[in-house]
Amino acid sequence: MKRRTFLLTGLTAGGALVLGWATLGPRQRLRGSRPLPTTGGEVPINGWVKIAPDETVTVIVPKSEMGQGIHTACAMILAEELDADWSRVRVEHAPIDKIYNNIAAVVDALPMNPDSDGMLKQMVRTSVANYAREMGFMFTGGSSSVTDTWEPMRNAGAMARAALRAAAAAQWNVLPEACRVEDGVVILNDRRLTFGALATAARDHLPDRWSLKTPQQFSLIGTSPVRLDAADKSNGKAVFGFDAGPADRLYAAVALPPSLGATVARVDDAKAKAIPGVIAVVPLAGGRYGSRPGVAVVAKDWPTARQGVDALATQWAEGDGGEFSSREAAMDLEARAVRNDGKIWRDDGDVVEAYRRAVYSVEAAYGVPYLAHAPMEPENCTVLVRDGAAEVWTGTQVPGVVRRAVADLCDLDEDDVTLHQQVLGGGFGRRQIVDYVVSAAEIAKAVPGRAVQLLWTREQDIQQGPFRPLNRARLTAALDGDGRITALTSASAGQSMVQGWSRYLEDRIAQNFPEKTTVEGLIDQPYTFPAIRVVHDRVDLPVPVHNWRAVGHSYTGFYLESFIDECAAVKQLDPITYRLAMLASSPRARAVLSLAAEKAGWNAPIAPASPGARAGRGVALRRCFNAYEAQIAEVEISADRQLRVRRVVSAIDCGYAVNPDGVKQQMESGILFGLSAALHGEITIEKGRVAQSNLHDYRPLRLSETPVIETHIVVSDEPPGGVGEVGVAAIAPAVTNAIFAAGGGRIRNLPIRLEKAEVVR
Amino acid sequence: MIALTLNGAAVELDLPDDFPLLWAIRRQGTLTGTKFGCGIAVCGACTVHVDGAPVRSCSTPIASVAGKSVTTIEGLSDPVAAAVQAAWTSLNVAQCGYCQSGQVMAATALLRSNASPTDDDITAALDGHLCRCGAYPRIRAAVHDAARRLATPASTPTAR
Repeated sequence: MKRRTFLLTGLTAGGALVLGWATLGPRQRLRGSRPLPTTGGEVPINGWVKIAPDETVTVIVPKSEMGQGIHTACAMILAEELDADWSRVRVEHAPIDKIYNNIAAVVDALPMNPDSDGMLKQMVRTSVANYAREMGFMFTGGSSSVTDTWEPMRNAGAMARAALRAAAAAQWNVLPEACRVEDGVVILNDRRLTFGALATAARDHLPDRWSLKTPQQFSLIGTSPVRLDAADKSNGKAVFGFDAGPADRLYAAVALPPSLGATVARVDDAKAKAIPGVIAVVPLAGGRYGSRPGVAVVAKDWPTARQGVDALATQWAEGDGGEFSSREAAMDLEARAVRNDGKIWRDDGDVVEAYRRAVYSVEAAYGVPYLAHAPMEPENCTVLVRDGAAEVWTGTQVPGVVRRAVADLCDLDEDDVTLHQQVLGGGFGRRQIVDYVVSAAEIAKAVPGRAVQLLWTREQDIQQGPFRPLNRARLTAALDGDGRITALTSASAGQSMVQGWSRYLEDRIAQNFPEKTTVEGLIDQPYTFPAIRVVHDRVDLPVPVHNWRAVGHSYTGFYLESFIDECAAVKQLDPITYRLAMLASSPRARAVLSLAAEKAGWNAPIAPASPGARAGRGVALRRCFNAYEAQIAEVEISADRQLRVRRVVSAIDCGYAVNPDGVKQQMESGILFGLSAALHGEITIEKGRVAQSNLHDYRPLRLSETPVIETHIVVSDEPPGGVGEVGVAAIAPAVTNAIFAAGGGRIRNLPIRLEKAEVVR
Repeated sequence: MIALTLNGAAVELDLPDDFPLLWAIRRQGTLTGTKFGCGIAVCGACTVHVDGAPVRSCSTPIASVAGKSVTTIEGLSDPVAAAVQAAWTSLNVAQCGYCQSGQVMAATALLRSNASPTDDDITAALDGHLCRCGAYPRIRAAVHDAARRLATPASTPTAR
């Protein structure tokens, strides 16, 4: 099997596990440019771990905890190599430093087929990795966190362990190799020294070399401990951005543009200022980092600030999107997909010849709507500007961008801005941008010396965007006499999420980001087609768009996996057998597909639970975020045509599973996030105004709609891949394929509306 | 002045009658477990107990709880709540955790009135509590687990 080339073969002594970023060397990310901040006698051993006299081991985690369990996973990776006492391990958000830059996600974004090796591609990946290390930035996203931290976390733990052991050996006047390390203690026969007692001395014994464990030696990695944040998130003690900041802070609410691109024409703030408790009215210029123009009201509490906003007489001037209609835009994108003259992303084999020889041809048009992220914690940020410095309290996926944006807005050096990173009440990509941070800084500047918390309403969260883009596609295939695909083409049209992100970031690396997200999952899908052509027409529209969980896979998965089912149906071939025949070059994809089929009982008859209902199973396969996943959904359509998704079986190969229960949790999470969108998710815009307003009409999935989910993890010694977004992509096509199998017709547009199902053949 | 009992302590609040209970609670400084999610009582993140019953505090005027007993997630102290929180922790229910105070408040109220809820009972009590991370399968499992813990208080915690 070919390995992904960017994970150069840094084999351990055991030889089983590819380690990761061997190209950069273990030291390049080990020590930060400044010492870690410490309290209570903590001793930093390197940029990733501190040890305190009371035996607390603090793991420094550069990834944002937004629900995905990354703090626990990162702590496990480091604690494993350190041989720490897990009960003494805690985590702390990393400061901003380039050793924490996200390298994996940048390299992963290169538009290269993961299956192909080659010297040139290796060189490109290595130089991009170095570029990301020096010029990139810290961010959490792209399901890259474990992949990105796997090697530095392990090396940092092993290095610290070697230093602690050498310090003990020096005290005992023996060779370090004579000592062993267990649960935070260095042991020599009946002598014992704890990490806490050794930490200071360990600083004088920092090693040049250390060895990493083999997977056979792992005792923590590969297990499923209780999450480090589980208790605090069950008793209300977890501190989110919404909960953080000085107790005497003021609160701000904002009036934001009611239509796309609108600006403030005139505002009469007299009535607002007359409300008792209102402290200031602050105009927002907007513009920087995608922030919006508007008017903020600062008050002693948030309900009063909102009253103030309601009392503002704000007149808005319509902007470039004032006439925008998502219905009309969808028609235009459909026409562009038919026109098929966008950028050619992949053109392999002879499509024309395949069509000339085709016995059957298949054609289908698909579409997906705009979607909001709608994390449960609405956008908020607290800023204090005082004496030539600023402090920021928020939960963000991009800490360095937050610091830079506040420095820019307040004319400060970045060193004068302190970010207090908090846990995130959901991210899904929304907290990769800092528009609301900029507004908070604009407001705080006007009230110097007082901390101000800006909080958006839920309506603003849903209506202001940015959104997952509207997209339309037309797929065609040529089939031979046996119904096998001889050529596949995809032509799609829509906005680019990464282009949207780069505008929000004002960041050079992001603006130069190789833009593959519009066609990911089409150009790098795991099937072998004799001929394939992938075209995308990138369209600029006056709608803010940005990464949304699973990015391009959130719709390309629906397109391709629906379409393959449609092709299989031409000769009534079994959808799994049909797929397996096209996966000769992807054993990992074959394995997850076969495992899902076995666990779901694919070949067993399926019966509806209620009289008059019809049931069916559907399958979908995805390779994304360095993982492979197959899902089989079981649906039931009642006599009165109500859809129920009753069971989902997932088989995932995410490489080495650091925390199997964490993997399962993320599969459940991704599947339900994707199902939420498949069943209900839709943002529509008319006359530049978003029609949906809150969680009653932009409706997340509910407990009552939640299917039974079974996750099966393929045991793997491949390096760890991603899991956070993987489950999102396959659920929509698995469900729509199941609807087809149940006789409910073919669903080609999301969200699913059974009454719009097309009768096919 | 509006007088009420908050987590067992008598408090007097100088607030307008229509001031939302959620924000009255959060003004107390340390009580940050109760969250703002939607502002219109559809998501459940702001759920507290008023005289033991789950209530959406974002849309509850402070005057309507005058003379009543309000309990937030910080004020939970009975064996039912302890069982719910133990189940929530051991089953790794929470992901981002932002909605979980509300989920725990609703689950605790359910188990106080129904010691062995069926799946349908759980759905009825918790269906209005939204979670974007998709903790739902574990929420259901944890309510059942908490019920089992309460039925056999001497049993050991659920093994993982």
